[in-house]
This record gives sequence, structure tokens and C-alpha cells, in this order.
Amino acid sequence: MTDRTFPTPNTPPALKRKDFVSDQMVRWCPGCGDFAILAQVQKTLPTLGIPKEKIVFISGIGCSSRFPYYMDTYGFHTIHGRAPTFATGLKCARPDLQVWVVTGDGDGLSIGGNHLMHALRRNIDINILLFNNRIYGLTKGQYSPTSHRGKVSKSSPAGSIDRPIFPLRTALAAEATFVARAVDSDVVHLASILERAAKHKGTSFVEIYQNCIVFNDGVFEDVESRATRDDFALKLEHGKPMIYGKDRDRGIRMKDGITPEIVTFKPENPPKDLLVHNENAGAEFAYMLTHLEPPEFPTPVGVFRSVEEATYNDLLDAQIESAKKPGANDLSKLIAGAENWEVAK
Amino acid sequence: MPAKTKGPDEKETDVKKEKEVEEIEAVTIRFAGDSGDGVQLTGGQFTTATAMAGNDLSTLPDFPAEIRAPVGTLPGVSGFQIHFSSRDVLTPGDEPEVLVAFNPAALKANIKDLVKGGTVIVNVDSFTAQNFKKAGIAENPLKDGSLDAYKVIQVPMTMLTGKALEDLGMSATQVSRCKNFFALGIMYWAYGRTLDATLGWIKNKFKKVPMIVEANTRALHAGHAFAETTEVFQHTYHVKKAPIAPGKYRNITGNEATALGLVAAQQLSGHQLFYSTYPITPASDVLHALAKLKSFGVKTVQAEDELAGVGMAIGASFGGLLAVTGTSGPGLALKAEAIGLAVMTELPLVIINVQRGGPSTGLPTKTEQSDLLQALYGRNGECPVGVVAPATPGECFTAIIKACRLAMKYRTPVIFLSDGYLGNGSEPWRLPDVDMLPKFDISHEPGASPDEFQPYKRDPVTLARPWVLPGTPGYEHRIGGLEKQENTGNVNYEPDNHEKMCRIRAEKIERMTADIPKLSILGEPKGKVLVVGWGSTYGAITTAVKQAQEEGQSVSAIHLRYISPMPSDLGDILKNYERVLIPEMNLGQLSLLIRARYLVDAVGLHKVKGQPFKVSEIREKITALIVGKE
Repeated sequence: MTDRTFPTPNTPPALKRKDFVSDQMVRWCPGCGDFAILAQVQKTLPTLGIPKEKIVFISGIGCSSRFPYYMDTYGFHTIHGRAPTFATGLKCARPDLQVWVVTGDGDGLSIGGNHLMHALRRNIDINILLFNNRIYGLTKGQYSPTSHRGKVSKSSPAGSIDRPIFPLRTALAAEATFVARAVDSDVVHLASILERAAKHKGTSFVEIYQNCIVFNDGVFEDVESRATRDDFALKLEHGKPMIYGKDRDRGIRMKDGITPEIVTFKPENPPKDLLVHNENAGAEFAYMLTHLEPPEFPTPVGVFRSVEEATYNDLLDAQIESAKKPGANDLSKLIAGAENWEVAK
Repeated sequence: MPAKTKGPDEKETDVKKEKEVEEIEAVTIRFAGDSGDGVQLTGGQFTTATAMAGNDLSTLPDFPAEIRAPVGTLPGVSGFQIHFSSRDVLTPGDEPEVLVAFNPAALKANIKDLVKGGTVIVNVDSFTAQNFKKAGIAENPLKDGSLDAYKVIQVPMTMLTGKALEDLGMSATQVSRCKNFFALGIMYWAYGRTLDATLGWIKNKFKKVPMIVEANTRALHAGHAFAETTEVFQHTYHVKKAPIAPGKYRNITGNEATALGLVAAQQLSGHQLFYSTYPITPASDVLHALAKLKSFGVKTVQAEDELAGVGMAIGASFGGLLAVTGTSGPGLALKAEAIGLAVMTELPLVIINVQRGGPSTGLPTKTEQSDLLQALYGRNGECPVGVVAPATPGECFTAIIKACRLAMKYRTPVIFLSDGYLGNGSEPWRLPDVDMLPKFDISHEPGASPDEFQPYKRDPVTLARPWVLPGTPGYEHRIGGLEKQENTGNVNYEPDNHEKMCRIRAEKIERMTADIPKLSILGEPKGKVLVVGWGSTYGAITTAVKQAQEEGQSVSAIHLRYISPMPSDLGDILKNYERVLIPEMNLGQLSLLIRARYLVDAVGLHKVKGQPFKVSEIREKITALIVGKE
């Protein structure tokens, strides 16, 4: 068997955003949040120092899943809900590649919920971006599994009676090693999260709040709008107290040790007992943070959890490496089996 | 063991006579008992010993679907049949001549298959009121005359095994577990087998538990000595060596041969093997075999479900590996959409389907050929794939290599239609010389400069598109499930382009015909009846046709190993016979194809009982056609 190797130029030319822009016309609705995400991905990739032929974008079905066509990397637009499976196979086959999955709330959490969960628990070294707009866009406006109860849509004229699923809680329940949330319109923050996700070894899961201008406009208005987002988004920073608000005068602390509450204070004199963010804590800490949600609480954004664990693809390769011994790959011997006999002429 | 045995109640005489050896040509034996009785193990050991004795043979295990159905009940009965002969053997035998039944349920479930006058060996210790109740038997069949048509040999296997092991301090349950070796000892004596191979196997298998080695060894010897010294057995039987082509042989099941063929294909193609799958009966053994072969660099992934199994394989194929997924019928249904993606993206992919009885969950442990149309057409859209069907367990080796070769050369999914009978059945298999197998010539060259590269620009002969792998600088491109523009591979919805692409994908599969051997005809090239088979019916059809030919009937046979595309000479051959007979283990799927494609008034012979054809069933149909009754 031959191991194919792919030469990397000695001094890779510095890549720019335009190097990642494909020749295909982008066909999202004007004003769609996807444009901002595409732009940030195209801006972030050149900073990673990875040759672009080593990068692969894989998607399922849905508006977000057109993403690979617009990236001038290798790409695979697959079938509904299954993108994590193709990505898992590719990464196991070719650990030299950086593999991204682009999915949506319907693709990733409805039809493909199972694969998402299993990719996360395996901790295969891929990056999953889940664009959450809480609506089915490509099929023109049905409620999605992340739509909140009461959502009026074409398929729920009297209001959705489904209880919603929460992407980050799903990821944490699967013991994901990197879990983050970003918002399409806060591009600087989004870019920083994308970079963190790219550099994390293991499955990175990023929920991106994405505005669907046609079917669900304004669903994340409080954290989307430049005017209000500082008051409604809590930016998580490792090792720092959880403070938010335009005037940085509100924070989170634990009442009775187990229940979060909002505390207001003078910006120059924050209380000492504010909750301090710890990305490396157990999943239960991050899980608690996912329950901070409007209207009572601000929406936390940033990295909820980031821990190091062995990746599936590394373990797979390690098992193969350790099995290799001189003479242990003799095909004739294998075929002959343990018991055989000679029939003479 | 037939004929001259005494009834069990007759007293043994004190005079020990020299026992006779009777020459027989062939015999079919079935072992049956609780699934916990070690029936499969006993059958497997008997098979090895028989193969080593130089007989040709074929085997068929028959498992219950339940892992451990309640002890002593009918659903818990497990069977293993072996047919061995001094002649060429192609089937596991129509009807057993000897039945070894470990309990009343096994007797009840299997006695109807035994030939009249055949021999039944029972473990009489298990014939208790309690076990009759579990098996739903009102009267003791050993006493109610229901077995008068058979020769019954009652052996107190549990008691005698217990005696042989009495100083080992084992529990009654532990002792009882050794009685299958006692029975094996009896059968080894009766058919003149040596104990060596099984003794060696016991030593190796239980090496961590010396007491079990000792117990099973003693049980085997005790059974052998019992048969030799008691009057119950007056004959041993000798089946001469079969005229087998010289060479080195091993016994092999279809699933083992499939796994070995995949590893060979890895070596021949120079592409690492990637096997991702979800466990399903009766295909899981392929995964079990490959998972052990990490030292060969084989990558196996146990996926979360069938859809993931095929998705991972397609991802690996995109990355340039030899990608294979395995399943059985229900799993093939679940993989359908992803197979369509591989058709659209024109990536190599091999899908193993070890067929079982359907529809739905159906008969998980039984054999059937009812996924043929699913393999050909069970996807949305015009979605052609290659379909390869091995004919025997050993042939799974070469057939899976061929499936891999076609998939990689033509960049297409190929479905490999094995079945439960092939997968679990075994036969002696002459070891191939792996150095003589032709290497694959698979290129990943883009065929153009980066500026001129077109992902769907085809090879003019094979119509294969370039298989350019991620990691190749300058050739970054995107593929997906949306319709492709010819050559460029860009998304395209134009009416003329879509029709053209559908026709190109179909034409690509037809072009594989160039890589498919012509059919070989068993018998005369013209005549009254042509029997057309595919897949695992090969043994029964071939045996039936040979027998009919020996009796002077004008009948020939051909066997399809490729169903998509079909061999180029099939149409012409079909025209040379007055009648065409198509036996298959479904309700007429190949018949439908042949009738539609070649406008031949083919007659079907259909069986969906979870069991392979008997030779006699096919012979009767041939005769009926020849004498004009049908």
C-alpha cells in the first residue's frame, strides 16, 4: 500500500480573503446573515497558515449548506442532515486536511440530529458551524426545531406547539470539547470565535445566530443590533468576571451557590462575588450558562467550553500504528488462515 | 450410520466384533440443539475435520434470530448442516440423512427434513417431561412411534459426559456444556475422522482455562471411545477423497472471503481500505474480520447508523481511499439516498449487501435474494449503479475484488449482492496466489492544468471523471448532489443538460460491460431448456442441471455474476433455447428484468422460505418444462 503525500510549498504564499472566494455567484437573499458569516470565514482562513488545498468545507442541505460553493477550497455539498458523517469519513481517511461542516438548525438538529450528536461525542477533529435562524428558509418558512413555542409559520398557523431544542445544550450533553456561540452581525467577535474553533483540536461546535431576513427577521434583534447588543449580550471571557451592559454595570453571580442571578453595580466597583468564566470547567458549568437566556438574562456569547481530549481520528491512527509489526501484514499468510491443508496431485 | 443399528433397548452382547467400514459416496448431516448447545461450534469443527480428510463439502448454518431464546424451546433451536462427498459438492444437501438432536425441540424442529430411513442420534438425557413441555410436545417421541420411519440412536450424552469429567469438580452446567464434544467424538468415530485438529483447537481456544481444555478433551475422547466400544454403532462410514484440484486449501465462509478480498483489493489498488458500517445480521462478520486487520492498515469505523456508515465511506472516497460499507436489506434501504449522492458525484463506493429475508425486519438470520430490484432501482431519480453477485462462498473473494476494481475505475457505486447463505455458508477454498492477481491502475491525475481543469471532464473510453483529491494544490473544486453541468461540474438546472447527464451516467454503467467476462454455458449452446441463475443459487442449479444432463435431458445453464450491466452475450444465448427457466429466492425479480429487457417468455421458479433451493426442486421444474407439462 502506498501512502499518498501531498507536498506543501516550502514557503506558502500569504493567502488573502480573495483567495477563498470562488467564481460562483452567491445566491442568498439580499440582507441574509449568511453573507456576513461567509465574509468572516474568508477573512479568518488566511490567518491560519493552512494551504487552501488542505481545507475542505462540507455541508448538508438548506440555505446555509450552499456555503461550500462559495469557498474556493475543496468542498462537498452533501445530503440533508448527513454532513457530519461525510466529514467524519474524510477526516478519518485524511487527517492532513482541515475539515469544516456548515449546517443549520434544521439540517443539524432535526433531520441530522443523530449525526451531530455522534460527531461531537467521538470528538473527531472537525469544525462544525451551525447557523441558527430558528426557521426553515429553503423550504420557505416552516418552523424549525429551534423555533420557540408559539412560533407562527406556514406550517404552524396557530403557533408551534413543539418545545424547542437548544443547540449548545445538545452539544454539551454529547460532551463536546469546544462549544461556542457567536452572532452574525458582530463580525469582529465572530471572527475571533472562528479562529478559536479552527485552532481547537477535536470537534469544535459553534452556534451562530443568523438572521433570516425573509422568514424570521429580527428573531435575534436584541443581540444583532449595534444599538442594543451590548445590553443584551454577555461576552464570555475565560478567567474574567461575567460583566455586561453598555455601561458595564451588570453582572452574573450565583445565588445559593446554584442559581444564577443578575446583579447591578457601579462600573468602577464591581462586586467581588461575580461569576468568573472558566472555559475548562466541566460540561455542567457550561450547561448552566446555556440557561441564561432572554428575557430574564442576557444572551451569553463566546466560548462556553474548551477542553482537550483525545480525538477519534488520532486514536484510530494510533491503533493502526501500534498494530504494525514486521510480517504482520503478510496477505498470503492472512488468506491461508489458521487451518489449511494440501491436496496433492 | 443407517441400516444395521440395533434398537436402544436391546441388550449389548458381551462379544465385541470388529466393526465394518462401509463405503459411501456422500452424506448430509445436520446438528441441531439449543443455541447455547454449541451447535455451530460442533458443526464448524466437523467441517474442518472433513475438509482435512479430503472430501469436498458445503455447509449451511441455520441460526435463530434470538441470541438466547428460552432454553429448550423451538425458537431457540440452532442448526448446522454439512454435505460432504467423494464427488464435487456444490450445495449443503437437500435433506439430511443423519440428524444429531441435542434436545426434544431440536428433534421436533428438524425431523421433518430428515430422509425417511435416516438416522437420528439424540441426547436421551434431555428427553424429560419438562423439556417436552418447553418444546410443546405431548408424548415422548422416542416412545410414541412417531419416529418409526427412522433409525433412532439414544445416547445418554449428559450422563456419559458427566462420568468422564466426574473428578474435575465441575458444576452440572459446566459439564453439560461439554456434551457437544462428546457428540462430536461419536461423529468423528463414525466417519473415520482424526481428533487431532479439534484437540489442537481446544488447546488453543481455551488456553487460559486449563480445566476447560481438559474437560473438552476428555469429552471428545469419551464420545469417540463410546462409539467404538458399544454395540449401538456397528459401522463406520468412509467417504473417499474427492477429486479436488491440487493445491492448498482452507475452509471459508462467504463473509470471510469478502473481508479477505477487500484486503487484497487494498493491496492491488494501492489504496488504503476504509470500511464504515453499522452492525446488522448477517453482514456483521465482515466488520468483525476487518476490525482485526489493523496491522494491514485497514481503517474500520462502527458508525452510529446505516446512513452514517455510507456517508463516512463516501467522505473517505472523496479523500481518496478504497471506501466500502456493508449491510443487509433494511440497511440498504437506509443507505439509498447517500448512494444516489455517490452516483451524482461519481465517486467510487462499494456497498456490500448480505441479503436476508424481507420485507422490513423480515427474517434476519435467513437467506433470500429479494433485494435485487432494490439494488438496481431502489433510489430516487435515474440512479444506475453496478451490481455484482458472487455465486459461492469462496467466489466472494474474487467478486469483491472485481466490485472494487469496477467502482474505482468507473468512479461509481457498485453493489455487491451476497446473501445469508453465501455469507455464513462455507466450502473448501483453494488459496489464490495473491501475486498473480492483476493490480488496479487507478489515477488521481487531474488531466489538465489548474486553469483548464474540469471536474466532470470524462475519460472518453470509460466516461469516468477525474478523481482529484483534496490536498492537490491548484485544483480546488466543489462537488455535490445538485445536478451538474456537463464537464464543468457546476450546479446546473437546464433541461437539456439534465437529460444529457442522466444518459451519460447510464451509459457509464453500460460501458463496464467491457470489463465483464462473457458467460460460459454449462451444456450445449442450443437446446430445450436454459436455466438462468444469479448469486447463491449456483450450487443447486449446477447440480440439478448436471444430473439432468446425465439423464439425457436437453438442458443447459448460465449463471449471472453481473446484473448491472448484464453480460453482452446474454441476449444471444437466451434465443438459443425453447424455454428459459429462472430459479431465484424471491418472487421473480430477475425474471422481470430478463423478460423486459430481452422479450423472452421466461418461466420463474420462486422460493421465499428463508432456505436455499434443494436440487430436487430445480430438477422437478426442469423435467416439467422438458416433458411439456408447463
